[in-house]
Amino acid sequence: MMRLPPFRYHAPRTAAEVATLLAGEGPEAMIVAGGTDLYPNMKRRHQMPKTLISLRHVDELRGVQMNGAVRLGANETLRALEWHGALKERLPALWTAVQSISTPLLRNMGTIGGNICLDTRCNYYNQNWEWRRAIDFCMKCEGTVCWTAPSSSICWAVNSSDSVPVFIALGATFTLVSHEGERTIPALAMFGEDGIEYLTKRKDEVLTHIDIPDQGTARSVYRKVRRRGAFDFPVAAVAARVALDGDRVADSTLVLNAVGPKPVVCEEAMAYLAGKPLSDEVVTEAARLAGRGAKPLDNTDHLSMWRKKVVQVETRRALEALRP
Amino acid sequence: MADDSAHPPPSSGVTRRALFKGAGAAAAAGAVFRSLDAVGEEDGPRTQGPGPGAVTLRVNGTERKVDVEPRETLLQTLRLPLELTGAKPVCDRGTCGACTVWIDGAPVYACSVLTVEAEGREVTTVEGLGTPAAPHPVQAAFVEHDALQCGFCTPGFVMSCAWAVKTHGKSLTAEQVRAACAGNLCRCGTYPHVIRAALAAARGAR
Repeated sequence: MMRLPPFRYHAPRTAAEVATLLAGEGPEAMIVAGGTDLYPNMKRRHQMPKTLISLRHVDELRGVQMNGAVRLGANETLRALEWHGALKERLPALWTAVQSISTPLLRNMGTIGGNICLDTRCNYYNQNWEWRRAIDFCMKCEGTVCWTAPSSSICWAVNSSDSVPVFIALGATFTLVSHEGERTIPALAMFGEDGIEYLTKRKDEVLTHIDIPDQGTARSVYRKVRRRGAFDFPVAAVAARVALDGDRVADSTLVLNAVGPKPVVCEEAMAYLAGKPLSDEVVTEAARLAGRGAKPLDNTDHLSMWRKKVVQVETRRALEALRP
Repeated sequence: MADDSAHPPPSSGVTRRALFKGAGAAAAAGAVFRSLDAVGEEDGPRTQGPGPGAVTLRVNGTERKVDVEPRETLLQTLRLPLELTGAKPVCDRGTCGACTVWIDGAPVYACSVLTVEAEGREVTTVEGLGTPAAPHPVQAAFVEHDALQCGFCTPGFVMSCAWAVKTHGKSLTAEQVRAACAGNLCRCGTYPHVIRAALAAARGAR
């Protein structure tokens, strides 16, 4: 069995205690919730925090509140969200994404905050320590070169979260708490430009909750491409939200994920859709424009060229599903 | 692993263990642990490690006391000190499901749960589900329907199937069995028999 590296373990009971501990422990400390992403990574020495601050007993960060808007505690398990009937009815795109994350075993453990903060993934990174040593490591961990794009100055590890593109499409905000106070940011602002600094969340901050505004008449869908239906990370994903005025698009958001280090908001396609009906022609052109924003590289399962093509297909299907 | 030699010595483990043993009465272990490790107020954050500390688990309905470092996984604790070898170490990173156990009645990967985080929760292993003399209906159905070949993945499948039976009862469908077992891999490819066994167990028929 692989042993975890040694660490000191804190089990606070409130978000304020988490923030105090983070401030006191410094950047060598990490937060852990379900542990399903972090522990396997620690076993393979991707991360070796000196201190872990567990959210296991921080009950105030659990729960789902629904009025017009929806608030999710970041520490709520994926299973609780999957089995939340009213949430499924209200936000089917989010439900589709959540129930597609990994396996039922993992969803019994993992949290929605954990899926938002999911470490970026790459064929050259998600390997054991000996494998990575044999290629002299990569820039994301212990090395200097990005083996996906050796002349690149940034890391191309892929944001593989299922929930993140949906949160961005739904206009969600994330609230981060530190010992200095709290700040609320649009979901997109949580994500950095490269696979190493993939979160803008500071190391002394904890993600406490997610707010999703009232969707009004807007409808959303999430479409995920993966090799195995049973469980897999996405190799391409599309979240689409459309508000119609009659049969015409009043407002839309199209977000791609798993095609690069950062989720992609398809501004060009969104501008094109405004005021148009979701005809075959419009949907096809919007999908083509959306696909231009996807620049997948060969560092996940499936060929990058195929992933680039399939993004267009899935965007088209997503928009077709949102027709009146 | 190779880096074990690089592990820093436990900072306070020796003292804690000595005190724990000196305390004698097993019932006091929890209290000793808390008073040693509590930071600040009684209700404040609890801190442990990197050295070992006492943890009280409830496994298959029985209280079990172990002395573990925070980095020890539930799978390690179950298999080594507790000698419950039903849960198997295979991928050891939350992919294959051979280590599936229930925590508070829901299946999880024991390889990716810290033992310290299982404290205060009900742990059920395949040994706790039934015995050879009095097997759980799912265990009996696995025998009846030949739902295994090499058998290494079987304890995990049994735990996932028993959860599906518990959750859905007599109305259990093949699709629900497949969904419940999505996190269990069988390299022998016994899936059709597993599904048959789970459905038979759900119907209460052997």
